Amino acid sequence: MPVRVQTGDFDIGVEIGRLRASGRGIGAIASFIGTVREFSDAAAITGMTLEHYPGMTERALEDIVTEARSRFDIGDALVIHRVGALSPGDQIVLVAVTSAHRGEAFDACEFIMDWLKTRAPFWKKERLPEGERWVEARASDDEAAQRW
Amino acid sequence: MPDTSLSTRVTVRIVYLARLREALGMPGETLEVEGDRAITVDTIVGLLRARGGAWADVLAAGRAVRFAVNHRVAAPAHVIADGDEVAIFPPVTGG
Repeated sequence: MPVRVQTGDFDIGVEIGRLRASGRGIGAIASFIGTVREFSDAAAITGMTLEHYPGMTERALEDIVTEARSRFDIGDALVIHRVGALSPGDQIVLVAVTSAHRGEAFDACEFIMDWLKTRAPFWKKERLPEGERWVEARASDDEAAQRW
Repeated sequence: MPDTSLSTRVTVRIVYLARLREALGMPGETLEVEGDRAITVDTIVGLLRARGGAWADVLAAGRAVRFAVNHRVAAPAHVIADGDEVAIFPPVTGG
C-alpha cells in the first residue's frame, strides 16, 4: 500500500503510469491533486510550511487507505503528501485510486481526501508579507469527513 | 516496605506539535506521573494545565486540542501505560 511523505515534488504522469501498469483489471483511475493557493482569506501568501508528526503520519495514511479498501472495491491506492517549505502553485498532495469502474474510484479518492483532511497529522503554516500564521481547521472539513 | 498496590506510576514521553510546540517553546518532555488510579490522557492534560501560563492557555477548556498515544489518535479517557508516547496537537490542517 504505497503511502509517501516527502519534501520533494512528485510527477503525476510517472505515478499514474505506475498505477496503470500495476494491474490488468483496471478500468478507471481517479486522482486528486491539492496545491498551494495564492490567496488565503483574501490575503496574498508568499509561501507555506507543512509540518507533520513523523512516526504517526505514514501509519495514519495507511489506516485511511485500509479503511478505503474495506469500503470500496478498488485496486491500488496511492497517497503522496509533501512536507516542508512550499510556494504558491506547488503541489501538496496526490491521491490516486484504481478500480474496475469509475464510481468506486471517484468515491474512494474523495473518501481518502476527506479523511486525510481531518485525521492525518499535518499542519499548515502560511507565510504572509506581515508574518506567519497557522492555518485554522475548518468545520466544513469535519462535515465532509462525517458524511462517509 | 511501602504498599504500592494502589498507586500507578508511569513515565511518559510528551510530544507537542505545530502551534502548541511554538506556544510552549519546546518539542516535548518526559514526565513521571503517579496516581492512585488509572492515569489517562486527561490526567496528564490536567497536570500540564495546572502549571499555569502558556500551559493553562493552550490547554484551556474549550480550546480545540487533539491527542495521539503511541502514534494513534486517542480520546481523553485513554489509559496511559508506562513508556507511552503522548502527542498533543491542534486539529490537523493537511491536504
